[in-house]
Amino acid sequence: MSVTTIPQHTPSPVQPASAESAKVVRVSGPIVTASGMYGAQMYEVVEVGDQGLIGEIVRLSGDLATIQVYENTNMLRPGAPVRRTAAPLSLQLGPGLIGNIYDGIQRSLPAMHQASGAWIERGAKVPPLDDRKPRTFQPAVTPGQPVMAGQVLGEVPETPLIRHRILVPPDVSGTLRTVASAGSYTLQDVIAVVDTPKGPRQLTMVQQWPVRVPRPIHGRRRIAEPLVTGQRIIDTLFPIGKGGAAAIPGGFGTGKTITQHQLAKWSNADLIVYVGCGERGNEMTDVLREFPEIEDPETGRPLIERTILIANTSNMPVAAREVSIYTGITLAEYYRDQGRHVAVFADSTSRWAEALRELAARLEEMPAEEGFPASLATRLAQFYERGGAVTTLGGQEGSITIVGAVSPPGGDFSEPVTQHTRRFIRCFWALDTDLANARHYPSVHWLRSYSEYVEDVRAWWELRSPQWTEVRQETIEILQREDRLQQIVKLVGPDVLPDSQRMILLTADILRDGFLTQSAFDEKDMYCHPDRQLALLRLIVTLHRRASQIIQAGAPLVRVRELPCVPKIIRAKQAFGNDELEALAALEDEMNQQFDDLEREYERD
Amino acid sequence: MIEFGVRDRGLQYVGTQRIDGPLLVVQRVRDVGFDEIVEVLDAEGKPRLGRVLDISDRQAVVQVLEGTTGLANQSTRVRFLGESFMLPVTPCMLGRVFDGLGRPMDGGPPPLSADRRDINGLAINPHARQYPREFIQTGLSAIDGMNALVRGQKLPIFSGNGLPHDRVAAQIVRQARLLDESVSFSIVFGAMGVKHDVAEYFIRNFQESGALGRVVVFLSLADAPSVERLLTPRVALTMAEHLAFDCHQHVLVLLTDMTNYCESLREVGTARGEIPGRKGYPGYLYSDLASLYERAGRIVHSQGSVTQMAILTMPADDISHPVPDLTGYITEGQIVLDRALHQRGIYPPIAGLPSLSRLMKDGVGKGYTRGDHPTLASQLFACYAYVKRVRSLVDVVGEEELSLLDKEYLRFGDLFERRFLHQEETENRSIETTLEIGWDVLSTLPRDELHRLSDELLDQYYRTKQE
Repeated sequence: MSVTTIPQHTPSPVQPASAESAKVVRVSGPIVTASGMYGAQMYEVVEVGDQGLIGEIVRLSGDLATIQVYENTNMLRPGAPVRRTAAPLSLQLGPGLIGNIYDGIQRSLPAMHQASGAWIERGAKVPPLDDRKPRTFQPAVTPGQPVMAGQVLGEVPETPLIRHRILVPPDVSGTLRTVASAGSYTLQDVIAVVDTPKGPRQLTMVQQWPVRVPRPIHGRRRIAEPLVTGQRIIDTLFPIGKGGAAAIPGGFGTGKTITQHQLAKWSNADLIVYVGCGERGNEMTDVLREFPEIEDPETGRPLIERTILIANTSNMPVAAREVSIYTGITLAEYYRDQGRHVAVFADSTSRWAEALRELAARLEEMPAEEGFPASLATRLAQFYERGGAVTTLGGQEGSITIVGAVSPPGGDFSEPVTQHTRRFIRCFWALDTDLANARHYPSVHWLRSYSEYVEDVRAWWELRSPQWTEVRQETIEILQREDRLQQIVKLVGPDVLPDSQRMILLTADILRDGFLTQSAFDEKDMYCHPDRQLALLRLIVTLHRRASQIIQAGAPLVRVRELPCVPKIIRAKQAFGNDELEALAALEDEMNQQFDDLEREYERD
Repeated sequence: MIEFGVRDRGLQYVGTQRIDGPLLVVQRVRDVGFDEIVEVLDAEGKPRLGRVLDISDRQAVVQVLEGTTGLANQSTRVRFLGESFMLPVTPCMLGRVFDGLGRPMDGGPPPLSADRRDINGLAINPHARQYPREFIQTGLSAIDGMNALVRGQKLPIFSGNGLPHDRVAAQIVRQARLLDESVSFSIVFGAMGVKHDVAEYFIRNFQESGALGRVVVFLSLADAPSVERLLTPRVALTMAEHLAFDCHQHVLVLLTDMTNYCESLREVGTARGEIPGRKGYPGYLYSDLASLYERAGRIVHSQGSVTQMAILTMPADDISHPVPDLTGYITEGQIVLDRALHQRGIYPPIAGLPSLSRLMKDGVGKGYTRGDHPTLASQLFACYAYVKRVRSLVDVVGEEELSLLDKEYLRFGDLFERRFLHQEETENRSIETTLEIGWDVLSTLPRDELHRLSDELLDQYYRTKQE
């Protein structure tokens, strides 16, 4: 490609050292030291050995460079050649990213599968984008017009769900000399020429961007809209805004991955970037198998048409795991710049932090808490701050929501990754081992979780139903009181409690079974529309209010428990789908009728 | 030693600079690669195997796999063999017993094969994986009913010292089969640091069930040098991958005991002066374990599969100890053995709540086992969880103070453990039997309590109390 799009990273004037002079002097696992590297830049990409293993320079000292290699270094010898590329690790950004699955350094896994079979061979090189496939380009600008960085040059239909907007790269602005007319082009074709103060620049549909540098924006915006996830406990109790950041911590077996999958499936973001970072291979296969089959609830199109997957499983090289998080967020930024709402799911940030630790140990850095490098907090902050709701350079609204899973060792939330993550997120969905053991999923613990976005998204919810705040608050209070009562029950048993308090226990039970649990595998319940969430919650809260009144009037709890509507309410979430709100309304009438009857009985006394 | 067929590059380095635990430092080496396999000769010329852990243009750090006892700086000779550790693989190895590094232990000749594999293996491209979903019937209700195993899964057994994990594992190996096929598994058995009698127990078991012809055994017993154990699971898995993906067999890999493996890793890490992580284990324990456990699964367009069952003993029964903790984060669930159940005489003592199979959801239900299986299991879990709550209440207030309903739950809990979980070591239950027992047990609770089951299922299976 003749165009360099990032001036701040233009190759240094110093020419790369000649092939003979740069060579390996030491190999220790993924960390390789090379000599003859004077003039190399930090984070420059190098190719190591005869196989051309890809690595990145992480330390420079005189003539020596320490390189973190993204592939297995077995049988690499001192004396092997090292080739510099004079550019930092960069991604190719253009049409064809969506629906693809990449490893941590943007190598297309399907392409690798085709090229070299089921096993990932070392030194495999495949282009991230198919640059021979013709794409239909529709220009949105005319020659002679001034263009600015981030402006839309034209559109390419990438999938039936997403029209890919071709943008002027962030470092280019000037007058448009030519632009390609509507038609079919490959990614190598020049589609526009811009006269810049530094001379004419030829643009293709592809941009390059270094993964460790955030893409520029015009400014930040306030978060005002929730990311609707279709998961009741999240949307209703602990909502996240579009552009927010959340963490899902939980010990093993608490359902972090399932929860992440659920969110990736049902969130109303325009695009999902799912980063499988140091997790199981079969989980990525599961996503690959499922997403082409599941339909988006809004558009009815397969979910894969709005999904990009990054898979760096736990047995893939640890250095590539470290970078996979940045690869994911850079892809998200690129689509955000096109005015999209993107959600990034990182599973798991703990594995990423462990990769940092592993590499730091190999570099013989001084460890801080539990062996993690002292820069852990900074690195986490840098990652989470790449999210947010923004106005793009081109003046459009876009956002990146980040949801990071955290896997604390032993399920202990006081460990460094969980603790530092908490400082940079505003939404905390704590998964609980006891709930998970009882197969209460999602195992989000209602007392230990929180969301600071409630105020931000309140207006949106109140537009749907003015009662939202009130019903939600009452739910939280019931759950809190139940927790306190349970402590008494543990000491003396439930029988000593008065009926009014036992009613709270009953309502909390109904809330658990009828609202808080949500099956990821039940056709009707896996996605719960906000209106249905409200209807279900109102049903239970109304039941509680009326029952409490009646108990106050002297009715025993047993009478409430025996009402035929109670089991129906508990099963309502599975019995009635998103389009059966009338049935829920009918159930509410039925319930009110039963309470009316009961009321009359006790008024007579 | 020549049975490895490694070409001799001739160059021999005499004398080492330093010997420290299992590590040797050899100076002024040339043309040596990282992870290269090394032959270390002592004063009498007896060879031991080692591998390169760190290599620079000045020196090589060599880890001796067979102990450094008797080595002297002055007389030790070192030969670098020019490649990483390779295992010759052939299906003829079925029915044979090898040591932890793949050398015959049964008196037979070394396996003849031109096919030699790097024991580190390669990562399976996630795009090339086939999602595992074929139900394996183990004949144990606690597993089939509640934590079903599927072909290509990695499901470890978390146990403790003195618990019958070996008996449970042996029973699974004897009984495991697919529902619709009579094809049995080939078995690769890797023992790391276990006692002679444990290894002997397994081999006798294979023999008695007539399976020995389908088993490859790799033994690195408790008295073998501990570093050898670091290679044993890799050797076993390389064999398994060959049988599965080249010979199209279904392979069950049984590894015991992973805790010993991790101890060896810690030992080597400490000797190298690495910065320790939790409880002294190296910071890369997760990645290292993943490089073993992830070597399970299925591949598209391939007939075979690797199913992994690793046994690990939790030190002091602590599930949050780094070894079980990190294992649980990598494997697709875990079977946890419970000491209290064992003491009450329940076999297999598989703990109801902390056990989990992550792949169960896709391998059971309509078209796989039976339509009611997933929800029945979920309901059993929920009810059993409530039983646990009631039991802790009983400890405080006594059984008399309980409500009628809670008493029914107590009875259910007892029945669940005695009838559903408990079975004989020779009892091979079909999945139908398991589900029927599940319904029998569940039907002792009032129908209204079973919130997770739909009315249709309840109508079909719930036993009304007319008898």
